Amino acid sequence: MRTTHTTPRNRARTVVAATGAVAVGLTLSACGGADEATPGVSEDTVTVGTHQPLTGPAAAGYSSISAATSAYFDYVNANGGVHGRSIEYIVKDDGYNPANTQTVVRELVQQDDVFAVLNGLGTPTHSSVLDFLNQNEVPDLFVSSGSTAWNDPEAYPYTFGYNADYLVEGSALAQYASDEHPDEKVCLLGQDDDYGETMLAGAQIVLGDDGVAAYETYETSNQDVTAQIGALQSAGCEVVMLATVNGFSALAVGTAAQMGFMPTWMASSAGGDYPTLVEFLGEDVAPQLLQGFVSVNYLPFSPDGEWVELFQQINDEYNDGASFDGNTVFGMGVAYAFTEALAKAGEDPTREALVEVLESGELVGNGIVPLAYSAENHAGYDAAGITMVDGGVQDFVGTTYRLEGESVTPIEPEQIALEDDGIPVE
Amino acid sequence: MTAIISSRTRGIVLRALALTVLALAATFLLDSYRNYQLAVVAAVFCATAGLTLLVGLTGQLSLGHAVLMACGGYGYALAAGLAAEADLSGILRFALGILGAVVVAGGVGGLLGLAGARLRGPYLAGLTLALVIALPAFASQVPGLGGDQGRSVPFEPVPDWLAPVLFSTEQWHAWIAVLVAAVAVTPLAVLRSGKAGLRMRAVHGDEVAARLAGISPGRVKTNAFVAGALSAGLGGAVLAIATQTVSPGGYDLAFSLLLLVAVVIGGLGSIGGAAVGAVLVVLLPWLIDTLTTSVGLPADLEQRLSGNLVVLVFGALLVLVTVVWPGGLSHAFAGRFASLSARLRRRSDQHVPQSLTER
Repeated sequence: MRTTHTTPRNRARTVVAATGAVAVGLTLSACGGADEATPGVSEDTVTVGTHQPLTGPAAAGYSSISAATSAYFDYVNANGGVHGRSIEYIVKDDGYNPANTQTVVRELVQQDDVFAVLNGLGTPTHSSVLDFLNQNEVPDLFVSSGSTAWNDPEAYPYTFGYNADYLVEGSALAQYASDEHPDEKVCLLGQDDDYGETMLAGAQIVLGDDGVAAYETYETSNQDVTAQIGALQSAGCEVVMLATVNGFSALAVGTAAQMGFMPTWMASSAGGDYPTLVEFLGEDVAPQLLQGFVSVNYLPFSPDGEWVELFQQINDEYNDGASFDGNTVFGMGVAYAFTEALAKAGEDPTREALVEVLESGELVGNGIVPLAYSAENHAGYDAAGITMVDGGVQDFVGTTYRLEGESVTPIEPEQIALEDDGIPVE
Repeated sequence: MTAIISSRTRGIVLRALALTVLALAATFLLDSYRNYQLAVVAAVFCATAGLTLLVGLTGQLSLGHAVLMACGGYGYALAAGLAAEADLSGILRFALGILGAVVVAGGVGGLLGLAGARLRGPYLAGLTLALVIALPAFASQVPGLGGDQGRSVPFEPVPDWLAPVLFSTEQWHAWIAVLVAAVAVTPLAVLRSGKAGLRMRAVHGDEVAARLAGISPGRVKTNAFVAGALSAGLGGAVLAIATQTVSPGGYDLAFSLLLLVAVVIGGLGSIGGAAVGAVLVVLLPWLIDTLTTSVGLPADLEQRLSGNLVVLVFGALLVLVTVVWPGGLSHAFAGRFASLSARLRRRSDQHVPQSLTER
């Protein structure tokens, strides 16, 4: 019978409170136009935030990225920061669930007042906050996903991709397949969203509309791919391209091995990180299962490279020596690119200045080719290098492809050199 | 008799009106993020109010109330999406969206209610549980729902005539949420206090006795389910507007169970309790998260606690409330207010139920 109890006295109080509230509100909204400082930038700090899957289905494959990014920022901060400001990195867990992403990104922007959102992870998750971030004019940098949706400067002027997008990766892998495995049947196992479809479109640029013999999809909510692998096997696939996240790459390889199906695997960079796959498959069988496993990368991860050496030091010193894999290099690469952009945005960075730096094309990053940002292009890397696992070591084979419009051309990689101890200066 | 009922209804409507105005005014005191939280609270309140009626009054245990919210969300997204393609905007698109939400949620709720009227206790719980578990597969198999990624919802900007008054989009969305919640919940409060409420209690108390008194338990149960579904559907529509997206991930089993926990903690059968529960569902995870971050725990411990600590706290709260105040928080507070006002007004006709479900 009871909802709330409103005695006459309470009601009077209610009316007074309501009137007061309206009055205060009107006053506040009237003086909202005053000069405001740049959000997230104080005398000695710059605060940026991200949404990452620290729990949930994608956590096992990706939760180490933000830790690596934080470690690199700690390294920069310990060496004096950028223009005297240290970088603070707020990491929020969204469990790879778009509904949570909505909430945590609002929290970052409206409550924590971040300067920019950096490296938000996932296509379904980040898509759900794309409109929100651009409506609020928050720089949305280096989205951690290869979707082509981030490269739309007209509709989303504040959003910038980072990864070589799935068109670039799909076309590079397909080109490699047709160069090295001519006359073999190429198939594709893809995630049931933009990820799989865009990889397929990339492969079709090279192989033609009928070039992919079989296309199977899976959903992240169902941890069983037996039916899909069976279909690929009975279609007689010899090369299987994977548009999968790390967990499902391992699942696909493992399931296929159990069924006695041993095609040449070619995975996108998002699902082809060898150390991560080993964690899923187990150290005893992984080297054997993954021998000849082809993938792509655009970041310096050759085991004997100078960048890897530096990143390993940073990882040992600022990340408690966490296991070092492709995610570590990726996380630190993102942090490096952001630090570089911040350094170039000047003594008193504003959100506009940050976006201008990226659109000017001055940003190079630390990849095997320079970052390709311009006013018309908000995609990060437009080329990808082929990697292969051999004897338990994943390294570049030397072949690199660039996608320009509808044509894929082999190029010479031009690895950005390491200078100034890996701390970008203006 | 009619006079008494109408005056009671008028009382409820007036009270709802006062609370709505108060909530609208309160949005001016809140910043953008709090306004967003208020909108989510209002959306969850729509669902918990219907659920508390269903479980508390008719004794039908629905574990799948989140699915009914999702129905509203998808209904809104589909209808408003179609309207947007036809170049409609503003109030017309909003109205079509709400209509879509009501039709889909009401339809699913009606079917579920028909089945529910023929099932008892654990079997209805099982049926609704299956629905929640089937939702992700359903969303990915049915074309147009967008799979795990979900569907985007047309953005509702602040209308021009309100732009000078409101200070942010979030505040506008909070207004929409509060108004829709008022429209969704007030009829439930009227139902609850009127003849329909009596019939529901009668059916819950003893179906045979109710049938002897000329009440059809099946119809009462189905109607209660439809009422709850409509309200939950409106909640889902509000959530879709506030977040501009609807995806199965937001309406999983955990959320469904959380809704049930919220109404039990708030007090089964009480609309005020449903409001308390809705506030807890939205604010408790955020409070705990803010607390663990500010304490400065080691990173790996914080990561381990993230998401899990909330479940633990809800569990502990549920046990505590059921042991100390079996009637839920609303009855605990109401009891205190009652004894206070009784002392002031020398009246003590307040009834505080001692059991879990108010009959």
